[in-house]
Amino acid sequence: MNARRLLYITGVVALIAWIIVPIYLIALGAFSGRAGVFRWPKSLWPGDATFAAMQVFLQVEGVWKAALNSVIVAGLCMLFSVLLGAPAGYALARFSFRGQTAYRLLIVLTRAFPLAILALPLTVNFIRVGLYDTTLGVALVHTALAFPFAALVSSSLFMGIPRELEEAAWVFGCSRFQAFMKVVLPLALPGLAATAIFAFVISWNEVFAAAVLTVRERTLTAYLLTVLSESPLHFRFAGGFLLIVPSVLFIFAVRKYLFAMWGISNR
Amino acid sequence: MAGILIDRIRKTFGAATALSEISLEIADGEFLALLGPSGCGKTTLLRIIAGLETQTSGRVVIGDRDVSALPPKDRGLAMVFQNYAVFPHMTVFENVAFGLRMQKVDEATIKREVERAAALLHIEPYLERYPAKLSGGQRQRVAVARALAVRPAVLLMDEPLSNLDALLRLEMRSELKGVLQQSGTTTIYVTHDQTEAMGLADRIAVMHGGVIEQIGAPQMIYERPATKFVGGFVGSPPMNFIRMPVEAGRAALDGFAAHCPGSGRDILCGIRPEDMRLAPGGDGLAFRVMVAEPLGSTLLLTGKVQDQLIRVAARPDAGLKAGDTITLEPETRRIVWLDPETGRALGA
Repeated sequence: MNARRLLYITGVVALIAWIIVPIYLIALGAFSGRAGVFRWPKSLWPGDATFAAMQVFLQVEGVWKAALNSVIVAGLCMLFSVLLGAPAGYALARFSFRGQTAYRLLIVLTRAFPLAILALPLTVNFIRVGLYDTTLGVALVHTALAFPFAALVSSSLFMGIPRELEEAAWVFGCSRFQAFMKVVLPLALPGLAATAIFAFVISWNEVFAAAVLTVRERTLTAYLLTVLSESPLHFRFAGGFLLIVPSVLFIFAVRKYLFAMWGISNR
Repeated sequence: MAGILIDRIRKTFGAATALSEISLEIADGEFLALLGPSGCGKTTLLRIIAGLETQTSGRVVIGDRDVSALPPKDRGLAMVFQNYAVFPHMTVFENVAFGLRMQKVDEATIKREVERAAALLHIEPYLERYPAKLSGGQRQRVAVARALAVRPAVLLMDEPLSNLDALLRLEMRSELKGVLQQSGTTTIYVTHDQTEAMGLADRIAVMHGGVIEQIGAPQMIYERPATKFVGGFVGSPPMNFIRMPVEAGRAALDGFAAHCPGSGRDILCGIRPEDMRLAPGGDGLAFRVMVAEPLGSTLLLTGKVQDQLIRVAARPDAGLKAGDTITLEPETRRIVWLDPETGRALGA
C-alpha cells in the first residue's frame, strides 16, 4: 500500500468519523429505548430496536404544529431566496455595472454579522411592525441567511451558460425576458432547484433566530430546543434524529448538482 | 430580401476606438465578407448590425428600414455564431423551428420549413436528436439550418467555420456557398481566413484597426491591393514588398528597372510570389535562396534580394535548393506600386 492510498483511506475514515458516527449514534439512541441509551458498551445494532420513543415523541403536543411551521418557514425561505437570489445572480453574471465588486462583497458581508448581535434589534423591530412570532418573520430572517448563497451560486450558474445562447434567442425573435424563460431558465433549472433545496435546509436547521423571534409559532428546531431540555435522554435522541433525516435526505438528493455548482466535479 | 446600408458607424469602448466611421453598402442578395485579423473590429461591426451591440453613432438601414435603435428580434435577420450556439435543451427539430415558433407560424408551415432547411443542410436523420449527440460539423449544420429556416432578409455569419477541422471546413465551405447561392440571401460573413473570404464572397471588405482598408471583388483585392496591409494579409504566401530607389520616373534595383508612378525618392514594389519568373542569366533581381519548401503544387522559396526578405513561388520541378543564387524577373504589369511612407497604392 503506497503513501497516497494510505492518505486517501485515512481521509475517508476521518470524514466518516466526523459525519457518519454522530448520526449513527443519534439513530442508535433514538431506537434503542430508555435502557439502551445508557447501555455500555454500545451494540452496533440495537438488539431491542423499538419505535416506542419515536412514537411517544411524535405524540407530544405541539410537535406536528412545530413541524408544519418549519415546513412553512423553510418553504417561504426557499421561495424568497430563489426569487431574490436568482435575479441578483443573473445581474452579477450578465451585466457590468458600477459598484459590481462592492455589491458582490456586500452580499457576502450580510453573513459577517453574528445573529446573536442582531437578535435584540431584530426582535424590537419585528414587534414594532407586527412580524414577531410569525412564520413570515422567521422566514425573512432565514432568507437573509440563505440569500448570499443563493445569489452567488446562481451567478456562477448563469455564468456557465454561454451568452451566445441568449444572443441567438434574441436574434431569432425573443425579447430579453423571453430569452431568459425559454433558454436560460431551462438550462439553469437543475442548479436553481439545488439552490432552493439548500436554502430549505439552511432554514430547516436554523435554531437561534427561530427561538428568539417566536413564542407560540415555533419551528421544529426551536420547539425541540425548549421541550427536549426537560425530556429523558432517549426522547432527545428521537427528536434529534427526526431533525437530521430530512436535511440528509435533501442534500443526498441534490448532491450531484451541489458538486457541479461548486465546480468540484461533474461526474 | 433586402440590402444593407451602414452609415458612418462608430463604436468606442471607453477611450478605445473599435470602429471609426465605417460606411458600407451591401446590395440585395450579395455575399459580403468582412475580412481582417483579430481585433480589427469586424465582429463588432457584425454585432452592431445584429443589434447585439449598440453603436456610438451612425445608422444601420436594412431594406428601407432604419433599424439602428431596434432590438435584435425586430431587425428581421438571422445569425450563425462562431461556437454554433445551438440550444442544448432542445432537439435539432426544435432548434431549427425556434425562429418560426417565435413568429407564431402554424404547425404545418413549421414542419415544412424545418424539413426544407434540414434537407438543404443534410441533417434530416438527426432531427429528433439532442445537440449533445452531434459532432461539431453537424452542430454547425444545425446552426445554419436554424438561420435559413426563418428565410431571413439578411444572414449574418460570425466565423462559422473556424471551429471545424481543416477537411470539414473545406467541405462545409463549398456546401455553404451552394446553399446560399440557391437561397439568394443577403449575407455578411465575418472571417479572418482569407481563403474562405476569397472562395465565398462576391465582395470582400478588408478591415484593419477599425477602418475598411479596401472593398472590392476578391480577384481585384488580390491583384490590386489598395494598401500594403491588404497585400500582406490577402494571399498565402503574402505579397512581397521590395523597396527600390527611383530615378527620373524609373524604379531600378540590380538589373531590374521599370516605369513607376509617384515622385518620391523610394518606392515599394508589391509583387505576388507567383508573379516572378526565374530567368537564369537574364536581367533582373539577384535572389539568394535561403529556404526551399516543396509544397506539392509549388516550390516555395524564401530568400533575399540584396537584404530584403521575399518569397517566390517557383514550379515544383525548378530544382533549386538553399544557397543557390538566381535571377528573378518580376512581371511588370502585375506589379502594384506603393508609397513607402503611407503604404497606399499609387495610381499607375
